[in-house]
Amino acid sequence: MTVVTNNKWIGQRTIRPDGMDKVTGRAQFAADTNMPGMIWGKVLRSPHAHARIKSINTAKAEALPGVKAVVTARDIVDFPIDKGAVMLGIQDMRWMCRNVMAREKALFPGHPIAAVAATTEAIAAEACKLIEVDYEVLPFAIEIEDAIKSDAPILHEFNKFEGKPSNIAGRIEHKKGDLAEGFKKAEIVIERSFTTRPVHQGYIEPHACLISVAPDGKTTIWSSSQGQFMVRAMTAHLTGIPQSDIRAIPAEIGGGFGGKTIVYLEPLATLLAKKSGRPVKMVMTREEVMRATGPTSGSKSTVKIGATKDGKIVAAHGTFYLQAGALPGSPIRGAVGCSFTPYDIPNLLSEGYDVCSNRSKVAAYRAPGAPIGAYAVECVLDEVAEALKMDPLDFRLKNAAKEGTKAAHGPTFQRIGYIETVEAAKASDHYKAPLGKLQGRGVASGFWFNAGGESSAQVNITEDGNVVVTTGHPDIGGSRAGIANICAELLGIDYRRVSVLIGDTATIGFSNLTGGSRVLFASSIVVTQSTEQIIKTLRERAAKIWEIDPEAVKWEDGAAHPVSPNAGQFPPLTLKDLAEKAPAMGGPIGAGVQLNTTGADGGFGTHICDVEVDVDLGIARVTRYTAVQDVGRAIHPGYVEGQLQGGVAQGIGWALNEEYIYTKEGKVDNPGFLDYRMPVCSDLPMIDCIMVEVPNPKHPQGIKGVGEVPLVPVMAAVANAIYNALGKRFYALPMSPPKVLEVIDAPETRQAAE
Amino acid sequence: MTELRYLAPNSLDEAIKAFAAAGSAGRILAGGTDLLVQMRAGVVKPGLIVDIKKIAEMTKIEQTADGGFRVGAAVSGMALHDHVSFGKVWPGVLEAVNLIGSKQVQGRASAGGNLCNGSPAGDSVPAMVAAGAIVTVQGPDGRRELPVEQVPAGPGRTNFKPGEILVSFTLPPRPKGSSDAYLRMIPRTEMDIAVVGLGVSLTLKDCVCTAARVGLGAVAPTVLLVEAAAKALIGSTLDEAALNAAAAACSAACRPIDDKRGTIAYRTKVAGVLLKRTTAIAAQRAKGN
Repeated sequence: MTVVTNNKWIGQRTIRPDGMDKVTGRAQFAADTNMPGMIWGKVLRSPHAHARIKSINTAKAEALPGVKAVVTARDIVDFPIDKGAVMLGIQDMRWMCRNVMAREKALFPGHPIAAVAATTEAIAAEACKLIEVDYEVLPFAIEIEDAIKSDAPILHEFNKFEGKPSNIAGRIEHKKGDLAEGFKKAEIVIERSFTTRPVHQGYIEPHACLISVAPDGKTTIWSSSQGQFMVRAMTAHLTGIPQSDIRAIPAEIGGGFGGKTIVYLEPLATLLAKKSGRPVKMVMTREEVMRATGPTSGSKSTVKIGATKDGKIVAAHGTFYLQAGALPGSPIRGAVGCSFTPYDIPNLLSEGYDVCSNRSKVAAYRAPGAPIGAYAVECVLDEVAEALKMDPLDFRLKNAAKEGTKAAHGPTFQRIGYIETVEAAKASDHYKAPLGKLQGRGVASGFWFNAGGESSAQVNITEDGNVVVTTGHPDIGGSRAGIANICAELLGIDYRRVSVLIGDTATIGFSNLTGGSRVLFASSIVVTQSTEQIIKTLRERAAKIWEIDPEAVKWEDGAAHPVSPNAGQFPPLTLKDLAEKAPAMGGPIGAGVQLNTTGADGGFGTHICDVEVDVDLGIARVTRYTAVQDVGRAIHPGYVEGQLQGGVAQGIGWALNEEYIYTKEGKVDNPGFLDYRMPVCSDLPMIDCIMVEVPNPKHPQGIKGVGEVPLVPVMAAVANAIYNALGKRFYALPMSPPKVLEVIDAPETRQAAE
Repeated sequence: MTELRYLAPNSLDEAIKAFAAAGSAGRILAGGTDLLVQMRAGVVKPGLIVDIKKIAEMTKIEQTADGGFRVGAAVSGMALHDHVSFGKVWPGVLEAVNLIGSKQVQGRASAGGNLCNGSPAGDSVPAMVAAGAIVTVQGPDGRRELPVEQVPAGPGRTNFKPGEILVSFTLPPRPKGSSDAYLRMIPRTEMDIAVVGLGVSLTLKDCVCTAARVGLGAVAPTVLLVEAAAKALIGSTLDEAALNAAAAACSAACRPIDDKRGTIAYRTKVAGVLLKRTTAIAAQRAKGN
């Protein structure tokens, strides 16, 4: 497969197809849809962190005037635990059915217990209060330390670890070489332990849906998600309605970052709509989002790295405990599989533990698990480089994974661009810029797997010779703009003649959800193949008109041209000409392709962060930041940079201020954006991007996923920068002002400074 | 379902009558940037809302005969910002008022609402305390005046009598060589709530501090007037010893709690740091006056 170069549209910063609607407020997000006769659904949530549900009495709620339906776990399809896993993608429906509605036990404050639909939101809320729940309150454990103690309260009695009931729901490991032998060769060994707090994806749009169920069972879902097919399948599983009766229409999405790859409201609203016979709308409050939807894991890690004096890493061991929340499924795969991957380490053990505890079940968050693992590994690498008196980028170069390196999680790399990212970082102006007093600089690298998978596309030529492309993936990062550039490039027409739409589950073929940095990679393959089929048709049509061999027709600059032996014999036939002639020349022109795409390459990034620390207030501010990443091919550089900048912004928040804080009763104490502090614009410098382009040889345009890598190195880059500024290491996130000041004011720090 | 009534009277008498009659079910609406959020969160469920923005006196900024200012309780942050001379005379009060919420919130939020909300972390309150503002309140028993620091009674509570409504703030005339400043510590750079807030107002004559007031927020159940800190500054050239003493007085005045926004140790230390920084800004400004 040859990579297209010398492009007209690929690589251009074109106007995004959804841009005008978004900046003028016309875009329809999930909560913007209403229907005649619509009623409102509300969820009754557990006040307890851990409680057995002995009984639920909904009689009083049902008797309240205005209440049209009440549902409890009895109405949700059960997936019995002893019958084994029922997987839908990476989600086990046994856990999903218990996450959308508590069954045997309430497992966290905010766990849904029942749902009510009523004529107004206020009546629905009032009815929730009338539901009588008899709880047997149980002791709870939220933090990993508490959940893995031998006498910890057990969330799931059926779960055994090493033969005993445990909150450890799983363990994975990746191994390479001989760890003990490797450490024997090491001349410098550094081992450190780290903790991170749970952080939320922080999408601005809360979960919302509107669902109508017709008397014949035909169900229409309008909702905001990262996958309308995921919504359809999960809703079908949990309600028993066949997928063919469900039409899931994707709304514009106001942020997801992984958190909208599972459902919360849709099965409840569907059942309420079915019972009441009325369309049901549900919109979460921010507080519900913060209490009951997935943040990512809090963690506890230990990383040990051994190197020889000449700077070669000979052995490494990482142990990562990640909070799964109420039900199994923390992203240990990302932590275990990504953290050491930028490096060629001969002897390696990377192991992870999935720990259940009494808080909301985690949901995916941008390179799930990988930033947690990279934080620990990249901080230890910084210490090793310092001990070796090596520049941290030179140290990384010396140990960099490259073509032929076998990663511990399996693959042997083909052509990868990690070294290029480190070299670009080293050569950057930023890395050479001088630093002032109380300023520091840190670097870190990161890796994410990236994914391929199922995609469908339909490309149609309109009667007036323009193009409509339909794909099946909600656009969370500018994928429509990328598709427009590619399709315009292939057809040789202005990108403004290409409309790109996201189809619903009834209008486009199955497409896996938007996640794993897969969308532009996968959908461009099916769009390219569809467009190539169309070009073939167009050439055949021109050949038929000219009465020559189709092989003697080439497609260039948006038109068919005769070539040898007929070159110059006929004036070109444009897309418009051929569209006009289509009815008489064989009918409508269009093509659809559905594939399970393969060939996704992992992505690597290397970041440079400068901080300045206010040592009297303990405030670390990021003053300059450069994200370098191998992006394969930047189809739309503006939105690739947007991905890099967005990931970095989230990572800076994670590093400096974001955290879940719990009360003594186990409730989230900061369930809103005032006290859950994501960075605002003025907290961040302009984030510079250096896009390194090492095209993916297995993709028609050379595309690699770009959306998740940018979060992976950030927390370590910030931590290493703060160390460089203060001479003091931090082993816990967030590095918020009280915590930073505590370390600065610690007697040993003061003495060292004096 | 409880019923909610909304009134927007044109006269203060009418407002007081309705507000007093509603008793504990009544709430005053100025900008609504606290009230509406609290209602949405289900924290308060008023039976009557009295909107005071149609009462002329409440939204007026006027210069008094002696050269001071009277600022209506419902004057928005943006209106105060746009006033031709207020910010020149009271830059610290203005910057504190303008820190409430975001730009959008500034179009609605008022210093009056900020004070009556009773939060120890309200940004405008320490600056008003430092400024020596006197508030005018009116209730069924008539009008009275009290120093602003006497208004807060504890988190979410004021010392107003039933039916009393805050009418205005009166700020005194400024002698030559006077200015003020306000700083707060927040983990972010904006859109945040003070972990510590500190206002300083002072007068300099020949580089000697002849008058000073210090208001300190978010470190006790109410905003504090720190007289010991002012005492340490007065008579000094704002030299290091005086600043250290004033900073120590601020730290000593703290009676904070450990909570999600900061620790006791952190708040106590930061109060002193902010005293020094705020005083430096106020002094710099005063030298220009």
